[in-house]
Amino acid sequence: MSSPTLSRRVFLKGSGGVLAGTLAFAGGPIALLAPSRSWAMPLDTLSTRQGEVLLEVAKQMFPHPGLEDAVYAHVVKSLDAKAEAGDVHTLLHDGIKALDDASGGDWLGQDEATRLARLSAMANTPFFQAIRGDAVVSLYDNDLAYAHFGYGGEEGDVGYINKGFNDLTWLPDPPKPDGGYLPTEPVG
Amino acid sequence: MAMTDKQQTFSHDDDSVVVVIGSGAGGGTLANELAQQGIDVVVLEAGALHTRSDFLADEWASFAQLAWLDTRTTSGSWRLARDFPNLPAWIVKAVGGTTVHWAGASLRFQPHEFAALSTYGEVDGANLLDWPLTYDDLAPYYDRAEKRMGVTRTNDNKGLPGNNNFKVMYAGAQKMGYSCNTGHMAINSENRDGRAACQQRGFCFQGCKTGAKWSTLYTELPEGIVTGHLELRPESHVARIEHDDGGRVNAVVYFDAEGREQRQKARLVAVAGNSIETPRLLLNSESSRFPDGLANGSGQVGRNYMRHMTGSVYATFDEPVHMYKGTTMAGIISDESHHDPARGFVGGYEMETLALGLPFMAAFLDPGAWGPRFAGAMDQYAHMAGMWLVGEDLPQQSNRVTLNPEVKDRFGLPVANVHYDDHLNDIAMRDHGYRQGAELYRSVGAKDIYEVPPYPSTHNLGTCRMSERPEDGVCDAYGRAHEIPNLFISDGSQFTTSAAENPTLTIVSLAIRQAEHIGHLMQQGEV
Repeated sequence: MSSPTLSRRVFLKGSGGVLAGTLAFAGGPIALLAPSRSWAMPLDTLSTRQGEVLLEVAKQMFPHPGLEDAVYAHVVKSLDAKAEAGDVHTLLHDGIKALDDASGGDWLGQDEATRLARLSAMANTPFFQAIRGDAVVSLYDNDLAYAHFGYGGEEGDVGYINKGFNDLTWLPDPPKPDGGYLPTEPVG
Repeated sequence: MAMTDKQQTFSHDDDSVVVVIGSGAGGGTLANELAQQGIDVVVLEAGALHTRSDFLADEWASFAQLAWLDTRTTSGSWRLARDFPNLPAWIVKAVGGTTVHWAGASLRFQPHEFAALSTYGEVDGANLLDWPLTYDDLAPYYDRAEKRMGVTRTNDNKGLPGNNNFKVMYAGAQKMGYSCNTGHMAINSENRDGRAACQQRGFCFQGCKTGAKWSTLYTELPEGIVTGHLELRPESHVARIEHDDGGRVNAVVYFDAEGREQRQKARLVAVAGNSIETPRLLLNSESSRFPDGLANGSGQVGRNYMRHMTGSVYATFDEPVHMYKGTTMAGIISDESHHDPARGFVGGYEMETLALGLPFMAAFLDPGAWGPRFAGAMDQYAHMAGMWLVGEDLPQQSNRVTLNPEVKDRFGLPVANVHYDDHLNDIAMRDHGYRQGAELYRSVGAKDIYEVPPYPSTHNLGTCRMSERPEDGVCDAYGRAHEIPNLFISDGSQFTTSAAENPTLTIVSLAIRQAEHIGHLMQQGEV
């Protein structure tokens, strides 16, 4: 796949692109939640290609087999918002350019192993750390991620006392009094 | 209607009031205990008033709402200085202080832990000291605190029911020959004290929405206000404590919600800003009479900072656990909390279940990590069980809170720098805890074990420690500053040593005892 290299003119225009995709895992928890299998995420600051690069960076930083691109797109969205600040925009732009430059002009066009090698070489750069620091929050702090990884999130607000807080059956139930008592359970 | 709407208020020029700085376990308890004796108290709390209905079932959003995020800096070889350089502590900036966030574990210190120097002997590089009070001195106040807080497994309060995370710990404990139960917790296992029983939400760290967990926010503070002797001023950030020519404190300068400087006169000042802000305040209150900071003739203000030996062990299993369902801290093993130097270290540690939500697991499992190993661990989130190790770290002179002259807060005052290096004893204890925790989980089928480094410190102790001799510390056995007869330390800064146990119950007990003592001193005309 070849992609156009960034031109300074495009950067200065500050065009907001769009990130789009299709859910890959038909029976997965996210497909079951989603209204359709197609998704699109408009970007306010980053270009489409910048969004595509950052999506692939996030996927290589935090490789989860079976995790939909739609979840990784949350990272791109978060970085897009941060890029409203000029210094962040420059950091991301320059870092993506460095990835491209190290890849003969098009990082996205390389195979997976080469892309990972180029990316890993930048692991100690502010560009890499800015993405990592954002992604470790944004990737795991959204409802789609909760559904994928099996975390209840806000569902716990009403309490799990009647929703399986102690429903594990692969170990024996601890005896009383060590195991404690439900609110209405008398002390025997 | 807000808690403060109909409270009695006091004039800024009323020099008969006690000023309590901080509304948490120490400040909130002290303020209520004084108010119940008919003593007028003004509580200055830096944080805002958030009520139970404000609490959020969302880890990051709650953190932004409640956490103390005023800038601090760090130094030293501890990993926190690298991973979280401006967040040495995870504590609360809100009415109720860290009692809003805490998990509820309420264990008494063991008797020998009040005599750490006598029991362990001198340890190279450590600044061990015996407390100037004994377990027997504090026992009646432990009794009162446990009743007040509704600690389970005391006073006919039955134990909380164990969640899945507890089941895994319990099963492993059996294999290890450990005793394990659902802990001594200041969380209602039944409706009690006008508050509901725990609903097992698992958002203990984010503020207890049902009020099942004890917090000064909805117990001590409103009870104190009802007496007509307690005024609570939220969003009042104390900058300085002033004193008269006789060396007695007489006023507190603070910035109100609009950022305007205010001065409240005081008969007596009790500082309970938690163990980083409290010494910072005393250091920032330096004067020509107290050139090294208030009450700092010994040079010990800010020194001996302790954060407990901590670390976590998370384990993955073939079957799901969903550890986030139910109380964050659901079980306790105390078998390693005794002193047994044959293990290779002095002091002991507790093993307490701990669950994090998905967002915080990503943030804290291995700060800075990325790549397949980290992602593989996160993939197993729903199959994880976990525990937190909390043990006695040794006081060191060089572990200390100082003022950072190069970084100022929004009021132009130097921020606190927290310096910490692990002592070899801390490292040996942590390694032992990691090994024991791993063995426990492997004994019930764990596949992968993750040794997690200490979180930003939720237990912050020792920076204005109690001592028998003035040259060894900052305050006496009642938290009264050696140098200033009407200045008291009322939070965990008082702790001479850190013991293995979670500090809140001891802070509350000390505050009840301190309040009684202040009442006597007032009757005798001494303050």
